[in-house]
Amino acid sequence: MVKLKVKNVKFRYTSVPILKDVCIELDESEMLGVVGPNGSGKSTLLRCIDRILSPQEGCILLDGQDIKKMHLIDLAKKMAYIPQSTTQVFPATVFDTVLMGRRPHIGWRSSEEDIEKVLETLKLLNLEDLAMSDIKSLSGGQQQKIFIACALAQEPDVLLLDEPTSNLDIRHQLEVLDIIKSIVVEKGISAIMAIHDLNLAARYTDRVIMMNGGHIYAAGVPSAVFTPENINHAYGVEVEVINHNGRLYVLPIRPVGKM
Amino acid sequence: MPELKINGREKSAEIKAEYKKFIGRKILFISSTFILIIFIAGIAATLGPYQISVIEVYSIVWHGIPKILQNLDFILSHSFKDFSLTYFTKEESIIWFLRLPPIVMAILAGVGLGIAGTTMQGVVRNPLASPYTLGIASAAGFGAALAIILGAGFATGQNIIIAANAFFFALCSSFIIYGISRYKGVSPETMILAGIALMYLFSAMTGVLQFFGEEKAVVGVVYWMFGSLAGATWDKLFVMFIVLIICIPLIMLKSWDLNTLSTGDERAKSLGVNVNRTRVVCFMLASLVTAGVICFTGTIGFIGLVAPHMCRMIIGGDNRYLIPASGLFGAVVLLSASILARPPIAPSFIPVGLVTAFLGVPMFLYLILRKRKGYW
Repeated sequence: MVKLKVKNVKFRYTSVPILKDVCIELDESEMLGVVGPNGSGKSTLLRCIDRILSPQEGCILLDGQDIKKMHLIDLAKKMAYIPQSTTQVFPATVFDTVLMGRRPHIGWRSSEEDIEKVLETLKLLNLEDLAMSDIKSLSGGQQQKIFIACALAQEPDVLLLDEPTSNLDIRHQLEVLDIIKSIVVEKGISAIMAIHDLNLAARYTDRVIMMNGGHIYAAGVPSAVFTPENINHAYGVEVEVINHNGRLYVLPIRPVGKM
Repeated sequence: MPELKINGREKSAEIKAEYKKFIGRKILFISSTFILIIFIAGIAATLGPYQISVIEVYSIVWHGIPKILQNLDFILSHSFKDFSLTYFTKEESIIWFLRLPPIVMAILAGVGLGIAGTTMQGVVRNPLASPYTLGIASAAGFGAALAIILGAGFATGQNIIIAANAFFFALCSSFIIYGISRYKGVSPETMILAGIALMYLFSAMTGVLQFFGEEKAVVGVVYWMFGSLAGATWDKLFVMFIVLIICIPLIMLKSWDLNTLSTGDERAKSLGVNVNRTRVVCFMLASLVTAGVICFTGTIGFIGLVAPHMCRMIIGGDNRYLIPASGLFGAVVLLSASILARPPIAPSFIPVGLVTAFLGVPMFLYLILRKRKGYW
């Protein structure tokens, strides 16, 4: 069933168009990867979907409802966005940070239920030992997990992730993406993830769209999208695509042509 | 694996207990600050040429309240001075009429500036912000200077005009910043830069006034800017109280939204918070509180910066608790400063604004030197 529909979305900052006519359909319990070179509009697309930016044209339907007509709180109950870099300015415990994810569901006081939800989420992400530590004393990988926990405490149907692995070492990259994948499968939520690493995209996503200059250049299952021709065209890089133990790997050779 | 599951549940219960304990600690801090205020206020009321013990002070205040409440219509139709002359004994008059007003003003001003500071830091997402960051103090100073220099000189009877002028210009600067951020987008950077620009503008305009002003009036302006509690009267306190009692609950209602702002605008928006509106509303409320305080006291430095930081170190950054805590802590600091501002030879005062700076700067440097890991 279609969970989220992006229809002919166009977005520009002042006069420079960033998104030119983007259409996407996202199914329930599907993990969609968004890849493309820097400046191709990946982050802008995610921000438009979560109404952080308003596209000039086109519309976004969540469960058939136009998000522009939804109340901010109602949208927040259904959709959570995790920005590429989240910086906490003031000290806060991990528990309080995750509790913030309950914001759309609570008034001034947090109820027992909210506390239980936070405990549940901490357990799910294996963060219980850190619960009372100050978030700023933790490593980048741990912080990223905590922001994912915060978004999950929001109990969304759709999770939007902007480069969830960009600051993480190779182990944390796998850990974080394993968590996201298992949540998508177990809780039946849908996720859209902008990601630079093509190998991780190939490994974790059900479908990918490859963006280039504000357009969707290619879309489909990773094996169909990640062809040497597509990557050469979108990134200007000559690559070899290898199949190893049933997984697809993109091996970069050299940059080609002029970008 | 049933064993693991039990462990997991125990772990959760443990965290929950720890979390509750942390909340308990916050409430303990807030209530003990409250008691401390009553205690210091009692001591402050004993200071002065007429000897009264702390116990007597509490007793006089305790018994004075019903007397005042019973004769409210007399106070409203006459004045508090007439009332205390008619109904109060000499001791009661001294406490109620002379000593309590500056003490209550210290408490109200401390609460207002502490809370405005926490709010402003949350609004611009910057731990270096204070109620004065956005130019409000120099705008109020300009308003006061205008009244003092171009008005009728620094006569005590003109106090209300000075206060009204300071209040008006303080809010003017806030509305200019509001206007600019409406036009240019409500980002912390826009607000801070606009605030700094306004600060220079108003300082320069005050400078012009001082340059052409009469010597006596210029001295008056300088005194006003030192900040002082000496001019406190119950009328002024009443106005100040009304401003605070309206604005502070509204700020506290926004605690959650301020909390979410600290993780960044995008994340806050994704949590369903109307970031622009929250920022504008909280900024205007904090400005109103600041203006309501400093129009009567002059610019009292540092409380709005130090109180939030001290409290954040003790009870963490959750604004639901931080806002009341920093208000009460601000009152403690200002009350203490007002005691230190009275040298043994009364009735001469050192302006309390200067003392808070002398008290605040070492505190602040100490904080910077022993900052907790990852605090800033």
